Amino acid sequence: MKLVSFHLMPYRPLDLDEAAKHRSAWVVLPNRLYDPIKGAEEYARHIDALVYAEELGFDAIGVNEHHQTAYGLMPAPNLIASALIQRTKTVQIAILGRALPLVNNPIYIAEEFAMLDNLSKGRIIAGFVRGIGSEYHSSGTNPYFSHERFHEAHDLIIRAWTEPGPFAFDGDHFSLQYVNLWPRPYQTPHPPVWIPSQGSSETVAWASDPKRKYPFLVTFSSADLVARYHDTYRERARQYGYEAAPEQLGWACPIYVAETDERAVREAGRAVETLFNDFLRQSFEMLMPPGYTSMSSMKNFINMRRALGGGGKMTAAGLIDSGTALIGSPKTVLAGIERMRERTGFGILVALLQFGILSDELTRRNMDLFAAEVMPHLRG
Amino acid sequence: MPAQLTELKARGVTIKLRRAGRGPTVLFLHGAGGVPQWLPFFDALADRYELLVPEHPGFGGSDDPPWITSMSDLAMFYLDLIEEAGFDRIHLIGNSLGGWLAAEILIRDRSRFLSLVQLAPAGIRVKGVPCGDNFIWGPEEAVRNLYHDQAFADRILALTPSEEQMDVMLRNRFTVAKLGWQPRWFNPDLEKWLHRIKLPTLVVWGDDDKIMPPANAALWQERLPDARLVMVERCGHLPHVEHAALVARHVYEFLEGVRS
Repeated sequence: MKLVSFHLMPYRPLDLDEAAKHRSAWVVLPNRLYDPIKGAEEYARHIDALVYAEELGFDAIGVNEHHQTAYGLMPAPNLIASALIQRTKTVQIAILGRALPLVNNPIYIAEEFAMLDNLSKGRIIAGFVRGIGSEYHSSGTNPYFSHERFHEAHDLIIRAWTEPGPFAFDGDHFSLQYVNLWPRPYQTPHPPVWIPSQGSSETVAWASDPKRKYPFLVTFSSADLVARYHDTYRERARQYGYEAAPEQLGWACPIYVAETDERAVREAGRAVETLFNDFLRQSFEMLMPPGYTSMSSMKNFINMRRALGGGGKMTAAGLIDSGTALIGSPKTVLAGIERMRERTGFGILVALLQFGILSDELTRRNMDLFAAEVMPHLRG
Repeated sequence: MPAQLTELKARGVTIKLRRAGRGPTVLFLHGAGGVPQWLPFFDALADRYELLVPEHPGFGGSDDPPWITSMSDLAMFYLDLIEEAGFDRIHLIGNSLGGWLAAEILIRDRSRFLSLVQLAPAGIRVKGVPCGDNFIWGPEEAVRNLYHDQAFADRILALTPSEEQMDVMLRNRFTVAKLGWQPRWFNPDLEKWLHRIKLPTLVVWGDDDKIMPPANAALWQERLPDARLVMVERCGHLPHVEHAALVARHVYEFLEGVRS
């Protein structure tokens, strides 16, 4: 199994009581709540944690892009990737991912990834995402055209990486006279492309297409939903006439390991609750701007939210029961991973080993224990 | 007075149209909320005029052709529709998004129009004066921010929309995002061409409009060649709903003046 140590780089010093007075930790959370002195320290500690993951034997370390939020301090994840390249030697660096529809010229994304691929001599994994709903509010990008812009930007980037330049690109959203990448990517034909998603069926169909066979990472969902999306991918692949390989199915999940289940919950319970209740807190209108998904997907989402009672606080116990987070002894955590492997045959585990307000000390212990007690069982 | 529900077709696109009354033609272009119900204001107009209330493509029961992707497409579509239907000597009324649409139509071709009434139109902006962000507001907040008098909001919030009404609301919201998300509620080029609307114009604005800033009213009056401005006190974004009788009287008086 491929193991990725992934980081969101949350702003942990956030005054949670103060933040709770605002509509969300995204878009409208006043940035006076950000203290640069503390924030600079956060960057240093979070980068240390990712660098340490190479020492522990992870295959890849991962970062991602989010804007105008305390949830993650990486509006420009490639800057962090660039720093990580300088401090690591062999580990792959996964940017999970860049939000393609949000930019007005996707060539810049192709260029940056190509630069990183050269700087790292081929250690880059390129994630492509649409950005979450809130980012259509913060960037002003029209969500109605999100899917179209994503697909068109994707096509442009892949062509820029693989076709001899200069050539012209004629799209509905992006139209360029000259596409001529300097530098070209280091890897041939281009860096591997991964698709992190919260699981829209449109995205599954697109990623599993035999022309692409992109690994599909399901993020922050209950075990049942993760399994369902993996099954959908497998089913789609069969309809396309092939069997999905384990390395096409990924699962991104908050993980915390301690000596016993009780201790793990005591140490990480509150932190995982802050991830979902404080840092991820967004209204429906922010999460689902009109057109961001198809009308039928949006109706499903509305009905699902209504069924869940909407807006309720998550508890650590609930998140553990639903398999949204793996928190417990090495045995418990390993069992959770193996259960999913038996159910779906997935082959990429994206482990979020720091989440919410989890401290540096506990993060380090978590990583050590995961590497010592869980990782060996996932190899081979 | 019951409105007659009919259909109109142009460029292969069928739209729903409600019509009522007899007399000179008044065409009402609805705003972002569509036409969820027939309004007392419509009755007041239908007393004296032949009132046409279409649902724009992408709203309510009208078709939603994929090639309409912007306000300029929508304006050109309406010019085709009006020509094919043979409507002429039209008094045009627009509210909010419909007011923006009215202006986009008239800067292109005003030959079939006699006058314009703008009810808190979108379409232009005063730099540094942002609109209310009704895309980020929750459902209750969005209803409350439409009105000055919260009794109107209370009445709407007391209703439970049917499944079908929910579907229409969702559909309208998708279309509104397509047309108005970015730049938010305006076309940067429109203001440059408002001088082409050489028609008698009445601009009506609520002094407590939380969506389209009342500060925009003065800019409309300044840019339009022949505009009179009426500010309505204690009034939100829908003057024709919140002060139906008053606004109807202003419209009567204005249209009488146009005819003479």
